Amino acid sequence: MRWAVLVFPGSNCDIDCYKAVEALGEPVDYVWHTADDLSAYDGILVPGGFSYGDYLRCGAIARFTAVMGALVKAAEAGKYVLGICNGFQVLTESGLLPGALLRNNSLKFRCHPADLRVENAATPFTREYEAGEIIDIPIAHGEGNYYCDEATLAELKANNQIVFRYAGSNPNGSIDDIAGICNKAGNVFGMMPHPERAVSELLGSVDGKRMFTSILSAWRESNGAAAR
Amino acid sequence: MAQQLVKEPTVEQIEEQQLYKQMGVTDEEYAKICGFLGRKPNYTEIGVFSVMWSEHCSYKNTKPILKRFPVDGPQVLMGPGEGAGIVDIGDNQAVVFKIESHNHPSAVEPYQGAATGVGGIIRDIFSMGARPVALLNSLRFGRLESDRVKYLFEHVVSGIAGYGNCIGIPTVGGEVMFDESYEGNPLVNAMCIGLIDHDKIQRGVADGIGNPVFYVGPETGRDGIHGATFASEELTEESEAKRSAVQVGDPFMEKLVMEACIELINSGIVIGIQDMGAAGLTCSSSEMASKAGNGMELHLDRVPQRESGMTAYEMMLSESQERMLFVVEPDKEEQAKAIFARWGLHCINVGNVTDDGRLRLIHHGEEVGNMPVTALVDECPVYNKPSRVPAYYEANAAIDTTRYPEVTDLNDALLRVMGSPTVASKEWVYNQYDYMVRTNTYVPPGSDAAVVGVEGTRKALAMTTDCNGRYVYLDPEVGGKIAVAEAARNVVCSGGKPLAITDNLNFGSPEKPDIFWQLERAADGISEACVKLNAPVIGGNVSLYNENAKGAIYPTPVIGMVGLISDLDHITTQGFKAEGDAVLLLGETKAELGGSEFQYVLHGVTEGRPPAIDLDVEKRLQDALLQAIQSGWVASAHDLAEGGLAAALAESCIAGELGAEIAVETELRSDVALFSESQSRVLISVKASQAAEAVQFFQKQGVPCSPIGTVNGTSLKVTVNGSEKIATAVEQIERTWKDAIPCLMK
Repeated sequence: MRWAVLVFPGSNCDIDCYKAVEALGEPVDYVWHTADDLSAYDGILVPGGFSYGDYLRCGAIARFTAVMGALVKAAEAGKYVLGICNGFQVLTESGLLPGALLRNNSLKFRCHPADLRVENAATPFTREYEAGEIIDIPIAHGEGNYYCDEATLAELKANNQIVFRYAGSNPNGSIDDIAGICNKAGNVFGMMPHPERAVSELLGSVDGKRMFTSILSAWRESNGAAAR
Repeated sequence: MAQQLVKEPTVEQIEEQQLYKQMGVTDEEYAKICGFLGRKPNYTEIGVFSVMWSEHCSYKNTKPILKRFPVDGPQVLMGPGEGAGIVDIGDNQAVVFKIESHNHPSAVEPYQGAATGVGGIIRDIFSMGARPVALLNSLRFGRLESDRVKYLFEHVVSGIAGYGNCIGIPTVGGEVMFDESYEGNPLVNAMCIGLIDHDKIQRGVADGIGNPVFYVGPETGRDGIHGATFASEELTEESEAKRSAVQVGDPFMEKLVMEACIELINSGIVIGIQDMGAAGLTCSSSEMASKAGNGMELHLDRVPQRESGMTAYEMMLSESQERMLFVVEPDKEEQAKAIFARWGLHCINVGNVTDDGRLRLIHHGEEVGNMPVTALVDECPVYNKPSRVPAYYEANAAIDTTRYPEVTDLNDALLRVMGSPTVASKEWVYNQYDYMVRTNTYVPPGSDAAVVGVEGTRKALAMTTDCNGRYVYLDPEVGGKIAVAEAARNVVCSGGKPLAITDNLNFGSPEKPDIFWQLERAADGISEACVKLNAPVIGGNVSLYNENAKGAIYPTPVIGMVGLISDLDHITTQGFKAEGDAVLLLGETKAELGGSEFQYVLHGVTEGRPPAIDLDVEKRLQDALLQAIQSGWVASAHDLAEGGLAAALAESCIAGELGAEIAVETELRSDVALFSESQSRVLISVKASQAAEAVQFFQKQGVPCSPIGTVNGTSLKVTVNGSEKIATAVEQIERTWKDAIPCLMK
């Protein structure tokens, strides 16, 4: 499985995403924001950080880059797209996921481990977790307060698109304690917590590893034995 | 067409109206400058001299003191003098680090003052060719009671967070202390640590006559003019009006500049590179020329400008942020430009290296400045200020710090000490910092030292900042020793071997003999400890004139230390690990309450002599402890500092989410025994089956070691000579400790 990690000016977690995929033993490339073709990739990571300094609004400028045009096409083609933190914000700004990320209700940046409940373990991103399982994945954001209107929320619920909820106290005031959602088709997923920061005991948790192995196993399954 | 907004004073007006004095230049210095030039300086030239000869850039008041520091060691690859010092960590790798203050800007405009302090120190690190891997900060504020102090605290923290988080370098540790001494003059010291391969080390030199000089980064604006001069005078009520001396930071821009510069350096074509920090274009150009023994010609019309009508004076003195200056050979110009173009950055040829040893400034086709480089950089007069033993110091000798009536409710005393903002959990602070980005933070903020892994190896770096200003105030020499010893103890407790230090000397006005005495004595103490503990000084910063309406702040020489953990298995933290483990106290407890947190919180004073320190005892303790940790049988280790044994026990319980049953045998009064801040003490825990062996090991090494109890249950229970003194649920201590700062900030 071939992976891409997008790099915008101001991306910070690109290296961490790269390392997490590299640890799987899979090929991975950094892809610069000016690239306009992602057809060579099976899985695309939109990393965290402060793309374009978060000026105007988080993710609002990154969505106009060439690589985002290519990302929309890749998403339509059914490729797996994972947006983490700023990556999630870019995905909502570009319309690949519904809703928006507002400023934390504490009005402060927050960085600490967080308990998440796996609400949907049937997605390509979460198939190696158990439904209802509580996992430990850290957060680090100032604008992680997920918001959408009532109709969208009802739709998210009806389609089982709410993948993670905060299990302990909600760190940012997000609606319905939402920590991560996927699109209707299930191949585009965005979350505020950082699974790439929970991949070794030294970092305090290994619960993020299964996100990457989930994607890999989903891809292998849908592409048959030849994909190995 | 550019136009000048205000007419500049003439050469004659500068002299007649003594305008140089407003820039901090004395009559004698003005006369010297005229001598070096062979004529009277114009407005641009006097401005350039004034910043280069400010304390901030020239160290004119502190050079004789800085000379006392030991700066050599087999591990030192680069000592003081460049952007940052460099220390070998083996395998062709090295660690680069430095600390710097932004106290005055932060007192006036806390968010930007703190943010640009972080930005400046990061540039010092990557201009050496290193990849910045961690940030720490050491902060001091007044009592967390007035609205002003809360405002400063809140905005300094968010300024640090805003810059560090955005640029993607983890802020992994540091310290925050509160005392009325810092009211109105907070201390904001930022430290950055980077990693580099030996063959990539850069210097800020303008070598090669005729080579082009490039300007990189955003446009130059009118911000930060005379920032270095502003930092070299006392804060007064008029300081508010000098808010324009504070710069505005753009961490996104710095991220781009940093990535592009690292790419440029890795391409191998750079001859010299330096950041434009204090005194901006002036300092970087003249220092680079000076280090190469050359001159430099700058064409100011080519300098990217944020606004029209900027004068030569304004461009030379602006401290607009995120700018760098570098030199390459002429045929590498296109290669360099291509790298910056990819990052969307200006890269402009603003001048050339010359052979005449002069800094020459060309603006609108005219020469507007022509000064000898050596006069600017090396010829600033050095002052040996008078010093005098302060009266308070002599008076303190007579004070018996055990004269206070015995505090009998030690449960209450423990909660009061744990809830004091200086000792309380700093979670409110560090949860605003992204301390995890780059996924190498193996010990996050909150333990004795932070630990950051060296990518691709089994090695890691332990890093800490330390200084107890109360001790230094009470006895500068002893306090200086303790600052270094405590930093080293924190590194050792985390499993590291101390490598070197960077120091930030925060003091009051050197014009006052009492203050100069503090400076001298503290430097002597620091030097002695550095020699004894094999941790030379590889760089640092001096911040003087830290005064408020009531006088000078406590002398606060902050020590930033980095140590090497040779294998990840040696990483040790302060939390108790398992029920049944034996708790051992290393070191001796004496009746030493001078300058202690207990004295401050329970008795409301800071007086007497601080705890004594014997550096031989300290060295023995640290060597033995490191050997024990490396042997693998130490479960937890925690330095005894503010709050003494009682606070250390509570912290190890909280961090381990476990209780402990402790029995102390002592000849001291109970309150003194539990809260004394005697030095060279560490609390460790080991498996019960190894306790006897551990005691033997330490005694053999000449380190006092007493088994004082067991990790057990969910409460901290302490008896002194058989009678119960503390019995409190760990959960309750934790609540008090964790809620203290958030409650005060609500």
